[in-house]
Amino acid sequence: MYSGRTILKGLLALVTAALTLLGVASPTQAQDSGPVIFGSLDYEDTELEEDVPVVGVVITVSGADGFEATSATDDAGEFSVEVPGDGAYIVELDASTLPEGVSLRNADNNPLETEVNDGRDRRVLFPLTLGEGGGDDEGGSFSGRRVAQLTAEGLKQGLYLAMAAIGLSLIFGTTGLVNFAHAELVTWGMLTTYFFNFYGLAGVIGFLAPLPPPFGGGVNLVPAAVLGMACGGLLGWLINRTMFRPARRAGVSLIAQMVMTIGLSILLRYFMLYIFRGGPRSFGDFAAQRAKSIGPIELTTKDMVAMGLSIVILVGVGLYLQLTRMGKAMRAVSDNRELAESTGIDVERVISQVWIWGAALAALSGVFFGLDQVKWDFGFRILLLVFAAVVLGGLGSAYGALLGSIIVGLVINLSTLFIDAEVKNMVALIILAVALMVRPQGLLGRAERIG
Amino acid sequence: MDWGFILERTFSTLFGVEVMVFALAAVGLNVHFGYTGLLNFGQVGFMAAGAYGLGVTIHYFEWNFMIGVVFGVVYSLILAAILGLPTLRLRGDYLAIVTIAASESIRLFVRWRKMKEFTGASEGLGEFADPFYETALNPFDVGVRYDFGPFSYLGRDLWVLTVGWIILILTVLFVKRLMSSPWGRALKAIREDEDAARALGKNAYWFKLQSLMLGGVIGGMAGMLQVIQKGSIQADTFNPVITFTIWAILILGGPGRTWSPVIGSMIYWTLIAFLETTLRQLPEGTSNTLEDTIKLSDFNISQVRFIMVGVGLILLARYRPQGIFGSREEMALDDR
Repeated sequence: MYSGRTILKGLLALVTAALTLLGVASPTQAQDSGPVIFGSLDYEDTELEEDVPVVGVVITVSGADGFEATSATDDAGEFSVEVPGDGAYIVELDASTLPEGVSLRNADNNPLETEVNDGRDRRVLFPLTLGEGGGDDEGGSFSGRRVAQLTAEGLKQGLYLAMAAIGLSLIFGTTGLVNFAHAELVTWGMLTTYFFNFYGLAGVIGFLAPLPPPFGGGVNLVPAAVLGMACGGLLGWLINRTMFRPARRAGVSLIAQMVMTIGLSILLRYFMLYIFRGGPRSFGDFAAQRAKSIGPIELTTKDMVAMGLSIVILVGVGLYLQLTRMGKAMRAVSDNRELAESTGIDVERVISQVWIWGAALAALSGVFFGLDQVKWDFGFRILLLVFAAVVLGGLGSAYGALLGSIIVGLVINLSTLFIDAEVKNMVALIILAVALMVRPQGLLGRAERIG
Repeated sequence: MDWGFILERTFSTLFGVEVMVFALAAVGLNVHFGYTGLLNFGQVGFMAAGAYGLGVTIHYFEWNFMIGVVFGVVYSLILAAILGLPTLRLRGDYLAIVTIAASESIRLFVRWRKMKEFTGASEGLGEFADPFYETALNPFDVGVRYDFGPFSYLGRDLWVLTVGWIILILTVLFVKRLMSSPWGRALKAIREDEDAARALGKNAYWFKLQSLMLGGVIGGMAGMLQVIQKGSIQADTFNPVITFTIWAILILGGPGRTWSPVIGSMIYWTLIAFLETTLRQLPEGTSNTLEDTIKLSDFNISQVRFIMVGVGLILLARYRPQGIFGSREEMALDDR
């Protein structure tokens, strides 16, 4: 019998080691001169199969109070414009200065609105393409290369989704409660990590601010992510302890508890908006990585490491559920609460553990999603996907949630071969509806649960 | 602090547009949840269906206003059928999941760039409501302000309010009558014990589908009234917070009771109006220190409101699931 603690320690060590290996850069500290808006322009020459920098393109940045500055791309295709400070800026690329035959992949994205926060440099992207633009979002452009790329992205999204979905499914399995606030736990992990990344522990406890890092200033994303995950677990424990355990004791009905989760979700979401404001942000580390090619696929190093990590973690979760006492107890309570209780399992303790680990995994999934973008309502925007994944896999089954997530990730990303990327999340609704009509108990669920 | 202003604002809210629209939407939800026990977490989707049914018909086809209203109703019916057919045979949580997912998908769909020709995408639609105000039936002057004691409304709003409240009261009475008919009693039986109702030969699935359609159409009418008053349709106003507010209102009044949506809506919106105007009216000094501590501003006062809705929903569901005035007997938040 493996102890759960050993596996968890091993996992944690692996997470830390892998992310430290990745530790390319410490957070870009705020400079004495103002922050810059920067980026680089290149296009891919399909014949040479390499990226060609675009030189001499004029970029204009304008902001509040009549601020306006111009920069042209250098020999490496890079540009940077110093701006006076935080605020919203409009970045415009002068399309007439682009070399012949090169155009913006998506002309709607020019000019681009962006926001500088906390005095941090901000990277903007202008994807270019040879020939006429508009290729990225259009359905129908079918190539082996594109299929491979979308498969990789779908797998990535599926893996991250799975970490969020497992907790949701296990909470349902052990308590019968559909937690509509689960997606907010994803955002919570993302935002607490952002706070630790930029403000260290002082982000939570104000009077620590003057102390040196890690107390006063920001910490590297890796320890910040671990702290964020801990915050996630803490919140999960707290929610169960203060809301749902007393509710179960008082015999509050499941429907009323579900309405409570709805209340919790709106409470958490607007609390986070209140603290965090509306604009999108990004973590201080690894924000400016560029994609590398592996065969036909382009992925950034951070994506590859995060994907690798999530596979390790999901395998770890599987081992935990399969081999440890607590993991077995979780599955037993999920299967049949009364029977589990009669064999001497402390059901309330199991439920508490499920909340803690489910929320911590959701928080970590938020960190991984946050590598692309950090936003206060991120969780809600993937709620649809998480539910589709969990229902497709079978409500209450942890492995079902994993399988469902991967399928949902792959299907919605590959669907952009045929439809606009803008509405790809709607495909999840179609998956949900089809799953309910054809196999309502889900791929790995049992029929008795549904009726 | 100007208490007169605060009270005036609070009173004007009592019969205002928000109270009317949300009460009507809550009547729909009451049919779903209060009488049938259906967990619809996507009422805003029905409101959007009604609003776009009206707006798109008038904007794109340039058809008559009344045909637009008919289309709004038809869209709500279709949406109810699409949502109900795959889910109503299953346990209640599945309907909850599908409705919340669908209402968000509708928002994504109507703001899709490619739908611009029909729905105006993210820019929305306008100018569809003019026939409503220009009709000869309207006794009020659209631009004039009318005062009735403590109440004061623009002529334009007054016309919407007149029509809206008539519709609301007729709908409430209709639902009341319906729920004491054999059909309504079958719904309640299904809410109490679906197996028992089926054992007595009632087709529970069909009854639930009808209930979903009826409540959906009422929600669609609420959506139409809302956009008629605004004069424009914006995709992003149909966000899930609306649904949750409607839930708060329904549970506040007490699910499964005739007038609870109206009373709940009045309590909710006067409370909100009172708190918001009071917060904005705080004396200079208090306001500054408050701003320093919690960074309160015009911008995030509305966020505080949603945080309070969340807290309110949690506390109500936990401690008073039958609503403030409800009785435990008609309480639909119980397990069945």
